[in-house]
Amino acid sequence: MLKRIGVLSPLLALLAWPAAAQTFYISAIPDQDESRLMERFGKIAGYLTRQLGVEFKYLPVKSYEASVTGFRNNQIQMAWYGGLTGVQARLRVPGSEAIVQGFEDQAFVSYFIANTGTGLERSQAFPTAIAGRTFTFGSKGSTSGRLMPEFFIREAFGKAPDDVFRRVGFSGDHSKTIALVQSGAYEVGALNYEVWNTELAKGRIDTRRVKVIWQTPAYPDYHWVIRGDVDSTWGGGFKERVRQALLSIDDPLLMKVFARSKFVPAKNSDYDPILKTGQAIGVID
Amino acid sequence: MPRSAAFRTSLWFLGLAAACLLLSDIEITTRDPWFELGRMMRGALTPDFFATEQLASALLHTVAFAATGVGIAVLAGFCLALVFHVGAVRWGCAFLRAIHELFWALIFLQMFGLSPLTGVLAIAIPYSAICAKVFAEILEEADATPLKALPAGSGILSGFFYARLPPVWQHMKTYALYRLECGMRSSAVLGFVGLPTLGFHLQTAFQQGQYSEVSALLYLFFLLISTLRLWVRPRLVPLLFVLAILALPPGMPIAWENALRFLTADIVPAPLRAGALLDAGTLGALGRWMGMLLRDQALPGMVATLLLSQVALVGTGLLTLVFFPLISRHFFGPVGRTAGHVFLVIARSTPEYILTFTFLQAWGPSMLPAIVALALHNGAIIGHLTGRHADAIPRRPDSPRGLNLYGFEVLPRVYGQFLAFLFYRWEVILRETAILGMLGIHTLGFFIDNALSQLRLDRMMFLLLVTAVMNVGIDILSRRIRANLRLTVNPETGE
Repeated sequence: MLKRIGVLSPLLALLAWPAAAQTFYISAIPDQDESRLMERFGKIAGYLTRQLGVEFKYLPVKSYEASVTGFRNNQIQMAWYGGLTGVQARLRVPGSEAIVQGFEDQAFVSYFIANTGTGLERSQAFPTAIAGRTFTFGSKGSTSGRLMPEFFIREAFGKAPDDVFRRVGFSGDHSKTIALVQSGAYEVGALNYEVWNTELAKGRIDTRRVKVIWQTPAYPDYHWVIRGDVDSTWGGGFKERVRQALLSIDDPLLMKVFARSKFVPAKNSDYDPILKTGQAIGVID
Repeated sequence: MPRSAAFRTSLWFLGLAAACLLLSDIEITTRDPWFELGRMMRGALTPDFFATEQLASALLHTVAFAATGVGIAVLAGFCLALVFHVGAVRWGCAFLRAIHELFWALIFLQMFGLSPLTGVLAIAIPYSAICAKVFAEILEEADATPLKALPAGSGILSGFFYARLPPVWQHMKTYALYRLECGMRSSAVLGFVGLPTLGFHLQTAFQQGQYSEVSALLYLFFLLISTLRLWVRPRLVPLLFVLAILALPPGMPIAWENALRFLTADIVPAPLRAGALLDAGTLGALGRWMGMLLRDQALPGMVATLLLSQVALVGTGLLTLVFFPLISRHFFGPVGRTAGHVFLVIARSTPEYILTFTFLQAWGPSMLPAIVALALHNGAIIGHLTGRHADAIPRRPDSPRGLNLYGFEVLPRVYGQFLAFLFYRWEVILRETAILGMLGIHTLGFFIDNALSQLRLDRMMFLLLVTAVMNVGIDILSRRIRANLRLTVNPETGE
């Protein structure tokens, strides 16, 4: 009998949907190890629930585009996007808004990393010696793992990555990029510097096998994007309350799981450079 | 020396595959290809069943999506089979099954998001079309004697239920059960695009290199599939179907305006959306749009897909010839056969998608991982069927042993059936090859995934249509070859 109730419970949950309709779903691009994402967004959902008296839940997704599709379809009301996914999402949901970014995201950078077996050394100038190597980006929709690295590669060589490297791959996320270059599956890769620093601090990188060889110029990156119609569901001024709640986080542990020193205000036009880069590379119309 | 048509066809395909292999990219790009495989082997020996607390729900949801989707497909397929002689139905079904269930899932994810409907339809639609075709073939080949023996003036309905259905009923039940097994594999793989089935956790565990968790998930999956015949009892099927529907994950509510927007705006080619309909400028832009997609994406994708599937097809054939003796009484005793069965069950229960994913981690992104995975998986399936077929062959007491027995007695007798199975599987291999592009090999799926990651759904849809048309073409070709060689296959074992 108990077992049957267990089986029925999803149905009950489905029937009980209208009562739960006030749940506010947040999500994020799956840019690194899922266990880290669960910790990070579980904590922030708990914080927002306590601050705003509305239930916030984190909805994990499997791909960058799935987080944008969910946002567009109003199954996700707010998401932590990279520069590119944020632009993609706002282009598809009129009225949506970039409200808050990380302090570090105002001037974010990517690292180019290389397997030490390649003999490549760190340089100030763009490392043109990477031509002809095997190279991995992160996700196809990543700002720091694909868009900006590809932009700088095209700028340096005047050609598409496919024509520069012996082989080009997409690892899926930044943690995997480190693992692949470290194991030698790829000789060179590009990733989000914050993920590199975090994994390095945790001692999960074997620095005898993989090292940073170049740091890109700065660009704007991660930020919270919220739908424009949240006020009509959760009451007037709700968007503003969410923004204030994010800006007034004073729990250092919470900011630590975000690998940010603090959150600062953001606005849509902060990401115009990303939009232009996306158009230049041809991933945005 | 006279040579049979089957022999000549085999040579043709071998030659073609050799040529394709020369053109294929099969480089191992990792610096240490065995390093990651070694870690995987250690993971396989140390399964961790407590790595994720959602293990039970993932298994439950895998079964729920499979049973619901296949249940609907069997019912719908049966109805469609009755009108399968209608050209529109036949072609419609050929088209629906030409699109892989993972591609269907990508479409429905756009329309319904992470709703249970997405997973159910992704399985139910292509499977209905497959069931329709197979059930129609079963009905067609059924013994017509009872029907002829009916007295004049018997009603159509009584004729159907008393004379047409009984001879084929067992066949259909066996096939439905086989479909459920396929459905479990499909359901598991749907997790890779975000549905809460086994694949969801597999993808995470693989991505993070937690191979002890991977092996635990896979072992439980094998257990589930190999015991399918024990817990799916004919009497319990209606109850199982209802329970499966109840056990579907709740997911998100569906917003129908999203589905409508997808159908009426998102998938309309960008030039048509931008300009006035049927204006000369718009049509010109549309022509350029299609030309660009065909030249830069569809054609390279098709070439890679065909190359890879040709090599994989012949690889499957070669492995089958090695695999089938492992489970045949002509070659091994009970102990050896059991070991053979275990190996084949593992190889055929692991979806190609997951096998490819595994080898990709180890060897890097060339066509090699896909070729090996497709040949292993499909070779195990056809090896199992051919082995069973071989066991039905009576043997003379003075027949030779070992290699002579294999080469001069068993192989010649099973060869026709083996080719029939292989050509039947061709279309499936092609469908699967296209989808493997989602993992980074440059087949059609790669370009479809690119379009999706840029949220250019019009391009995604166009490339999906190209994929479907190519599959229908191969289906027709395979049927022609089988008809020419007069090969028939027991439909319950084909797909």
